[in-house]
Amino acid sequence: MISREQVAHVANLAKLEFDDSELENFTSQLDKIVDFVDQLSEVDTKDVAPTTHITSAVNVFREDVPVKSQTRAELLKNVPETTEGLIRVPAIIEKEEDE
Amino acid sequence: MNYFNEDITSLHDKLVNKEITVRQLVEATFDYIEQTDEKINAFITLNKTDALEKADALDAAGIDPDELLAGIPLGIKDNIVTKGLKTTAASHILDNFEPVYNATVMDKLDGQKTITVGKTNLDEFAMGSSTETSYFGETHNPWNLTKVPGGSSGGSAAAVAAGEVIAALGTDTGGSIRQPAAFNGIFGIKPTYGRVSRWGLMAFGSSLDQIGVLSRSIKDSAIILNAISGHDDHDGTSATEAVPDFTKALGQDIKGLKIAVPKEYMDKGIDADVVKAIQAAIKTFESLGATVEEVSLPYTKYAVPAYYIIASSEASSNLQRYDGIRYGFRAKDVKTLEDVYVRSRSEGFGDEVKRRIMLGSFSLSAGYYDAYFKKAAQVRTLIKNDFDQLFEKYDLILGPTTPTPAFGLGEKVTDPVTMYLNDILTIPANLAGIPAASIPAGFSETGLPIGVQLMAKKMDEMTIFKAADAFEQATEFHQAIPEFKGGQN
Repeated sequence: MISREQVAHVANLAKLEFDDSELENFTSQLDKIVDFVDQLSEVDTKDVAPTTHITSAVNVFREDVPVKSQTRAELLKNVPETTEGLIRVPAIIEKEEDE
Repeated sequence: MNYFNEDITSLHDKLVNKEITVRQLVEATFDYIEQTDEKINAFITLNKTDALEKADALDAAGIDPDELLAGIPLGIKDNIVTKGLKTTAASHILDNFEPVYNATVMDKLDGQKTITVGKTNLDEFAMGSSTETSYFGETHNPWNLTKVPGGSSGGSAAAVAAGEVIAALGTDTGGSIRQPAAFNGIFGIKPTYGRVSRWGLMAFGSSLDQIGVLSRSIKDSAIILNAISGHDDHDGTSATEAVPDFTKALGQDIKGLKIAVPKEYMDKGIDADVVKAIQAAIKTFESLGATVEEVSLPYTKYAVPAYYIIASSEASSNLQRYDGIRYGFRAKDVKTLEDVYVRSRSEGFGDEVKRRIMLGSFSLSAGYYDAYFKKAAQVRTLIKNDFDQLFEKYDLILGPTTPTPAFGLGEKVTDPVTMYLNDILTIPANLAGIPAASIPAGFSETGLPIGVQLMAKKMDEMTIFKAADAFEQATEFHQAIPEFKGGQN
């Protein structure tokens, strides 16, 4: 069983927030999903190596030479808030901590 | 004008012979889309102004007889970035996003002078099997408007099936090209993992995602796959193997081809009409000289749970980038940086995306990693080994693409596990990284299309095209035209 507290903890890790009714709903749905995926525990995987990627490539390198990419104006085009060619965000350090 | 009685070659001939100008073709395409898309909702964004400009430029320069794709209008799934053309992934969090660069596949198509008609609808971030989780509303199945078109490339599939475009690009992480192709009575191919560059594809499950093609004619998919395949320095996972001319696989004899049918793909969970159509397809392949044998893929039932852990884990990592800072939606009235992240994501993502991020974050979190993510990755090895062994003896694996024909809109969207189980026959190919396609194979008693799936070993799309083409030549299912029924079914 997945608890509400676990779901709230995972939401915090994932930078998501839920109100009480959403949390209720997500807890019951995730519980069903986790219950469903738990059937993997039936499979004997002793000494089986995990597959985390499916290509035969190992490492792919390129020469460390600069190439042309986007301009500053292009990169800022989709930024929700800018100031003087910079990305604007709310204060990162709260005032109390600053003092 | 619709595309029911055309293919790329016939359109190309008309353009070269000046029976029709590119402008006329593009205008007729938009006229027809304006008539039909009210019912289907296959497109999120139409690209009319730019398409007409390109058409005029092509008309002025003339169509070169060697440039088969010049002036051909195509649909592009809206999780593939298109420079200057809004690309949303069907999500609120990107509903104002205008890419400043092209995906590699778009640069390649531009090089072939195709025309992008518009961006097709999908499940939000390609997470779904019905196109119902789109922020821009659901897409309807042209065979029966009360049914889903499948997903996540539901917009691409419905646009092709409805005759709005000749072909469209889709993406396939767990069946998102093949399942909607089956539900819409068209051809759809997911190439080998790595065959087509994913640079500029909005990442979902990076060890699974692959771009591919949907079209009514198999030859058209071969032509387009020729154009978009190949190694790309921008995508370290793109394959370095030489790309064959896929059209060379067409018109070949399939005598002696060895086909395996896993018994797990035909068991009691599969709809009776689907089983019937697949049995008939097997007979057709036998009559064409192929040998068909029953085999077993014993880990099949574990493919869906393994997939949902792996794909969701990768998604939870890939989707961290949507934080309201550099692009996309930023929540209003936020006081702290933490609030920007949390509120932009919580207001910007839909429920299915949140469910997958949550499942993925859970599977990767301290204390659960070994039991979930690592376990799923180990089961993936077993599934992949099963395929490797079969392909030592057989050229192709055949089965249904989906357990049932298209289901009703609203029927499964509230029950995630039932929705996930719908992908049981398509997910294994993504886990193994092998190519797979869905080919029209008949209709249910209620008139809904059924697809037969062919899978081959890595980098062997040629054998799929060869067998699919032989099957297409021997059958007439691909010629049927949808009726846009209101839905008594």
